Amino acid sequence: MTDSAAVEIERLSFGYDSGRPVLHDISLAMPRGKVIGIMGQSGCGKTTLLRIIGGARQPDSGTARVLGTLVNGLDGDALYALRRKMGMLFQFGALFTDMSVYDNVAFPLREHTDLPDELIRDLVLMKLEAVGLRGASRLTPAELSGGMARRVALARAIALDPQLILYDEPFTALDPISFAIIARLIRRLNDALGATSVIVSHDVKECLDIVDYMVFMTAGRIVAEGAPEAMRGSSEPFVSQFVHGQSDGPIPFHYPAPAYGDDLAVGAAHG
Amino acid sequence: MAEGGRTGGVAPLLERLGGAVTARIWRLGFASRFFGYMLLHSGTALRRFQLTIREIYFAGVQSLIIILVSGLFVGMVLGLQGYDTLQRYGSSEALGILVALSLVRELGPVVAGLLFASRAGSAITAEIGLMKATEQIAAMEMMAVDPIARVVAPRFWAGVISMPLLAAMFSAMGIFGGYLVGVKLIGVDEGAFWSQMQASVDVREDILNGVIKSIVFGVAVTWIAVFEGYDAQPTAEGVSSATTRTVVTSSLAILALDFVLTALMFTGGNAR
Repeated sequence: MTDSAAVEIERLSFGYDSGRPVLHDISLAMPRGKVIGIMGQSGCGKTTLLRIIGGARQPDSGTARVLGTLVNGLDGDALYALRRKMGMLFQFGALFTDMSVYDNVAFPLREHTDLPDELIRDLVLMKLEAVGLRGASRLTPAELSGGMARRVALARAIALDPQLILYDEPFTALDPISFAIIARLIRRLNDALGATSVIVSHDVKECLDIVDYMVFMTAGRIVAEGAPEAMRGSSEPFVSQFVHGQSDGPIPFHYPAPAYGDDLAVGAAHG
Repeated sequence: MAEGGRTGGVAPLLERLGGAVTARIWRLGFASRFFGYMLLHSGTALRRFQLTIREIYFAGVQSLIIILVSGLFVGMVLGLQGYDTLQRYGSSEALGILVALSLVRELGPVVAGLLFASRAGSAITAEIGLMKATEQIAAMEMMAVDPIARVVAPRFWAGVISMPLLAAMFSAMGIFGGYLVGVKLIGVDEGAFWSQMQASVDVREDILNGVIKSIVFGVAVTWIAVFEGYDAQPTAEGVSSATTRTVVTSSLAILALDFVLTALMFTGGNAR
């Protein structure tokens, strides 16, 4: 592990309830300034990992160090102090529906700074300009399309110029144009802010285009990691199945069930 | 053997009963801790009072129509019923006392509380529950803003401030309704109506006690409403059942608390 890592995870395990572990013995270092993708199918534990990085969950064993601070046992003011250096984009944006676009982006600035209104106004317009929505500042979240809402949420997430930006499924339910816009923004904003970005997603092809480093997870374990080029050519069966979108492979198409023939025969007996 | 068999049938039942009781007590403990945490983190709601004023508008001002109209009708019915009974004893001029005391002591706080629970309490639960379901609460936490201080506490204080004001307006409107029916419609002597009311309604014994009741109901209803919203399962079904629970629990709480408070306030010593 190096000093330059924004997130360092060592031998981390976690379960929501004690008999059902979600993450097993995860070790991972995320270097500063990079865009890191965490891929895996639904339910593999990638969002849980993101929650632990954000301090919303505590690891059962192992350690997670974020921006130099150990998140184990962190709560109250210390946790909030760490979160002030982070931004997070939620799956559907999670905009405050009772506020305008402008007030949503101004929210973190008003809560955490004593800046005068004129300065906040300029900062909000700059953030909205960065996501191309300066003209939409007076709209309410109900008037935005899914892609626009995601961009406003992104402007809100970067309002305080975070060092670490977390993305929870940022591409879910977006049309191809919005998809490309968000992907390009993630890359551009990361480089402009000099931040580190962590993207949790299952949209592997698009992510491979924008990330510097890719981690593949399945059933709570890391199965492969490396640069995007290496992952594209990987012969690891899971990575290959995932990258090429094959329906069957190490991840079976069928949910575990008794033998088909037996099941149908049982059905006939009951009929 | 037979007894063993019977025990086998009763045991799971007892287990379920015990489980349900423990779960309720646990939840009550959780709600109490939530209440304590909310009071401790009320600084933002009181310091940045415009946050609370905004919620007073939604919980209080927007409940005005239903409170005023209901108050008017309740007062009018009191006028009719009260006159019908009083005139049998030849004391129909005491209608003013009957209307005023019924409203100020009981019906004002209780009916306004019940209406407030179904109009504002359910809205507060649904709003907080939906904020949770759409990850707005989680987003606020990730922005290092405490949702209990920023979202819950202003709504709680708005409810506590609104409730006595609404109850007072309900009573005032009710007395006006009683006056309309009793004096204007039936023809009870106007002077007797007002002067007997003025002579018999005591500021401390009647009005203050009514105000205390409405403050207690305000605390109970908004506490239940914000807790149910914050504790709701973040799904459509979860929010809808939390909203129902708010109305049912706070209505029962109002009626039970009303009995306890009445027993404490209007004991034999105060009998006129």
